[in-house]
Amino acid sequence: MKYQVNEKGYYGEFGGAWIPEMMYTNIDLLKRRYLEIIEADDFKKEFDQLLKDYVGRPSPLYYASRLSDHYGTKIYLKREDLNHTGSHKINNTVGQILLAQKLGKTRIIAETGAGQHGVATATVCALKGLKCVVYMGALDVSRQAPNVKKMKMLGAEVVPVQSGNKTLKDATNEALRDWINNPVDTHYIIGSVVGPHPYPDMVARFQSVISKEMKSQLFEQTGSELPARVLACVGGGSNAAGAFYHFLDNEQVELIGVEAAGKGVDTDETAATLTVGSPGVLHAARTMLMQNADGQITEPYSISAGLDYPGIGPLHAHLHKTGRAKFLSANDEEVLKAALLLTQKEGIIPALESAHALAALDQLKMKPDDVNVINLSGSGNKDMETYLDYFGY
Amino acid sequence: MNNRINQLFSQKQNNILSVYFTAGYPNLHDTVEIIQELEKNGADLIEIGIPFSDPTADGPTIQRSSEKALRNGMSLNLLFDQLKEIRQSVNIPLILMGYINPVYQYGIERFCKKCAEIGIDGTILPDLPPDEFNEFYKPYFQENNLHNILLITPQTTENRIRDIDEACSGFIYMVSSASTTGAGKKVEDFHRGYFEKVQNMQLKNPRIIGFGISDKATFTNACEFASGAIIGSAFVNILKDSTDLKNDIANFVKSIR
Repeated sequence: MKYQVNEKGYYGEFGGAWIPEMMYTNIDLLKRRYLEIIEADDFKKEFDQLLKDYVGRPSPLYYASRLSDHYGTKIYLKREDLNHTGSHKINNTVGQILLAQKLGKTRIIAETGAGQHGVATATVCALKGLKCVVYMGALDVSRQAPNVKKMKMLGAEVVPVQSGNKTLKDATNEALRDWINNPVDTHYIIGSVVGPHPYPDMVARFQSVISKEMKSQLFEQTGSELPARVLACVGGGSNAAGAFYHFLDNEQVELIGVEAAGKGVDTDETAATLTVGSPGVLHAARTMLMQNADGQITEPYSISAGLDYPGIGPLHAHLHKTGRAKFLSANDEEVLKAALLLTQKEGIIPALESAHALAALDQLKMKPDDVNVINLSGSGNKDMETYLDYFGY
Repeated sequence: MNNRINQLFSQKQNNILSVYFTAGYPNLHDTVEIIQELEKNGADLIEIGIPFSDPTADGPTIQRSSEKALRNGMSLNLLFDQLKEIRQSVNIPLILMGYINPVYQYGIERFCKKCAEIGIDGTILPDLPPDEFNEFYKPYFQENNLHNILLITPQTTENRIRDIDEACSGFIYMVSSASTTGAGKKVEDFHRGYFEKVQNMQLKNPRIIGFGISDKATFTNACEFASGAIIGSAFVNILKDSTDLKNDIANFVKSIR
């Protein structure tokens, strides 16, 4: 298990809990108790039951035959888009809401970019009858309007965040501030493998059901539980962490994360953190960041609100540094093209985020017999306006 | 060389007024004048804020001042440049306060040396946790006669307060209540029990109370339980609307004293 977090919360040189003292009590409580809680039999039983009956797991592993023909290889799609609420985000929120209840918390806060994590959080709060406040950058509120309405219908309060670039980073800042101001009754459901230890590990564990299922489904369908490679998009990196998790020690499996190049990694309008970033501390973790020479965080850009983040989970920074995973990037145009290709070859409209992983297929040399698994992290329902505008339907 | 923070606490045990402001705000080159005026009007200690793009422990006032300062062109390099000759005109202790990332990019060892060169007496780096500080960085601060001031809050347990007291030097920054800066709490919201508990713990470091101290009433109240108190957001608000720094700073300090 050489890619697991160590007891101080680090993956190699990345991670830790760079928190102000105002957050210490909550983070310390989580750090001391999360493993004991989530590994207890009654917790596992309830978590598995909800994933099965409420989320609809296992999500299918689908052999995409026409897309496979197009690329001259074998492509399987892990259909996280078919989960309840339309993305992988629900795996983590189900886990964290159960944990929050065990900790006796009665109020839930969350940040959201594309709105998928916000909807997934508002959903489990409705399920458990807990109060829910979701912070969302004001720009994202306007570009992901249907998800904002869904959250409200689910009973959540959505707070538009006006600071910075008004996107995911700023929403995360505001959620952290809320937690500092409400240290007793509130649990912060972070949506990605970012933030202070133990969040990156905890979220990765909740998402690891993705690769656990992949292994047994691959075995069933191909006779081997190990594919040639696994591809997933990476913003903070939660779906990639889940898709990679149980393959980390199977070094023969190539792991590929795909970042959002935005308008290109050689422009200022990009979110490809590992390509243009350097080590630093943001949102209480030491990781790779987009920043200037003075240590100020620079504003990312991506067509997909869910990848529009200037950092990356410390696990991925470590996988990048050690070479265990390879990280590519795809620009907005390549992503839109890849989304259309999947739509017309397979009848599946992917989320803009997930389409980054699809776009990377054009950059790979794949053998005819290679088994390639793409984590189709979310559905394109929320992105219809962007697609329709671009393609002119 | 004796540290000016130690000198201050040996001469004065109560009603110490510490004032925070964000460097490069309201205008890029106001930094030195603000420091000089604060000293002239009777501030005992000054915390110079290093602006950061993502100030997660700060409320709206300091967020805005940081954004503006960065838009004005403030950086850690420029701040050191502005402070180069500060010790020719200012004698009270000066503390740099900010988030760790700009310091980390500058280089923590290099930062400490530069502080010593200029005559900075202490640092407050809220997101550099005591554990990381103790394990990796403490010697750089000690070699440069720089106090790294640590925070405690109403949620900090007694054992942890003792650990922090051990790791800390200069003084302990006692956060008045669970909040980001400038929360505008009233005097009666203060956790009297927490203040009294800590007062009775016989800590080795003196204590200064901060967060939510905005006027004479909150300042006086806080000073009952510690050696002094810190005013931040309320002062930054004065600067925001100021058309006459000299006059407005004088009036502000007078209104507290």
